Amino acid sequence: MRRGVIARESRVTKVAAMTVMVVLAIYFLLPIYFLVVAATKPQGDLASTFGLAFSHFNLWSNLGTLFSLQNGIFLQWALNSLIYAAGGAAVGTLVSTLAGYALAKFQFRGRETLFSVVLGGVLVPTTALALPLFLLFSSVHLVDTYWAVFLPSIVSPFGVYLARIFAGGAVPDEILESARLDGAGEFRIFFSVAFKLLSPSLVTIFLFQFVGIWNNFFLPMVMLQTDRLYPITLGLYNWNGQTSRVPLLQESVITGSLVSIIPLIIVFLALQRFWKTGLASGSLK
Amino acid sequence: MTNLAAPVIRTAKSRRRRRGIAGVSPRMIVAFLIPFFLPFLLFYIVPIIYALWQSLLVVRRTAGQFGTSYTAFGGFEQYVQAVQNSEFWGSIGRIALFGIVQVPVMLAIALVIALLLDSPLLRLKSFFRIAAFMPYAVPGVIAAIMWSFLYSPQLSPVVSVLQAVGLKPDFLGPTAVLWSIANVSTWLWTGYNMLVLFSALQSIPQELYEAAKLDGANNWTIAIRIKVPIIAPALIMTTVFSIIGTLQLYAEPAVLRQISSNISSTYTPNMLAYAIASGNNYQQAAAVSVIIAIVTFVLSFGFMKLTSRRAEA
Repeated sequence: MRRGVIARESRVTKVAAMTVMVVLAIYFLLPIYFLVVAATKPQGDLASTFGLAFSHFNLWSNLGTLFSLQNGIFLQWALNSLIYAAGGAAVGTLVSTLAGYALAKFQFRGRETLFSVVLGGVLVPTTALALPLFLLFSSVHLVDTYWAVFLPSIVSPFGVYLARIFAGGAVPDEILESARLDGAGEFRIFFSVAFKLLSPSLVTIFLFQFVGIWNNFFLPMVMLQTDRLYPITLGLYNWNGQTSRVPLLQESVITGSLVSIIPLIIVFLALQRFWKTGLASGSLK
Repeated sequence: MTNLAAPVIRTAKSRRRRRGIAGVSPRMIVAFLIPFFLPFLLFYIVPIIYALWQSLLVVRRTAGQFGTSYTAFGGFEQYVQAVQNSEFWGSIGRIALFGIVQVPVMLAIALVIALLLDSPLLRLKSFFRIAAFMPYAVPGVIAAIMWSFLYSPQLSPVVSVLQAVGLKPDFLGPTAVLWSIANVSTWLWTGYNMLVLFSALQSIPQELYEAAKLDGANNWTIAIRIKVPIIAPALIMTTVFSIIGTLQLYAEPAVLRQISSNISSTYTPNMLAYAIASGNNYQQAAAVSVIIAIVTFVLSFGFMKLTSRRAEA
């Protein structure tokens, strides 16, 4: 009798839970679906046809327009985004891991203080740094160059925080001690022993920083004037601002948005498990 | 309840205790630290000090409007000017309203999804997890561009559906536009926060639930009385990061400003700082940046202290 009641209750709960999740999934996926549909339409159909239904399939021609506008500047923007994000994250991951490893594995005075400074850095709003950085960079003539965006991007206090946690957990002291007894230098130990043990964590740190730089908008906007140096975000933002004067740009903004998020979505899906490890240790604190 | 949670916390603590190796030469330690801490000093610490210094300066002129200008020490003059600016308070008020509503709503949705994914109630779990996390792959600017099409009266399928059932939505109206921005932020960040909370839930040992189930607790009771209290640190983390994010709001309103006249160039504190800097008043802009940073620090530290004290009591 009691069992029956519970079973029926849980069936109702299950249906309710599924309904909530389906509604939320539609909410999360709808804008992306809309973008896919809109990217396949000719400019004229954007306003005249229903936004969620396909009309004339014009994707290839839209892509052609996108990549040929202003002498193919979109490809340049994509390349720039890749240089800033992949280059910045690669260098950033290496230096964060060196520091995090040292903070976890070397005994020295002041390491807790140093770690607190790093933690404080996690809480600093980076956009508040952009304007003073602009003034500092303009006094050394770095403004409006690749370096103006690249150099600040390599600094990731959150990466050091993650690296310290990972190194503390994944690299046993005993292995380091025995490598030292064999006469290996600290850098050799780091690159041949610790680096291997930490490699899944390195991917996590790299991913977080890659996305952070890829999404960054305020810093490049403050630093860059030459449109050939723009990352995709800033480039599309500028095009979007011109659509009232040049309505034909609208279709390229849409197609460009789609093109720019697809690689990231693929990388995300392929590297899912690395997110989970990073987020779990991030929340342990 | 505290008895149940105790073993988890204790194992977490003993796992986190690290000793490390002694006797590494100071020169070697510096060699490991310098590649991070030198750029950190140059691009984090120096700009902060520089902004603090700038914010204490004023530009004066020798005689009238056409006199030569020179920079002098002005004490807190820039700060006084900043807080006397009605646009400053307007931007602070909007961001406060935004944060008080958007952050709890977003975290509540994230928590519900995380709990559902952790419960036996759902099917297609990995699909739902991916769907919720997908927006995190979309840069803020592009998310705002996407949503701006969904808000636009001419292009939006959402608007045309609502109009078909007799509604007259105006997503870009004077009051609505703030919540349209809030929606973009919620869409972007719910999945990320959900995954933080979900990862925390996944690390709770299953045995904790067995005892509760034997006592006749249902899924709802387990979720509210066991799961949520245990993942409180993760909830605090996500709240702090959301507060920091809210105070930095720039890209989303800047994009929507391109299609809505109801967003001014000083709509958020960050937009205000940028607008002032564009007018070459760097000292005033520095003062606003410093205020934003201090408010961020006070709020995020304050929130952590407040919640940790409550947890100890």
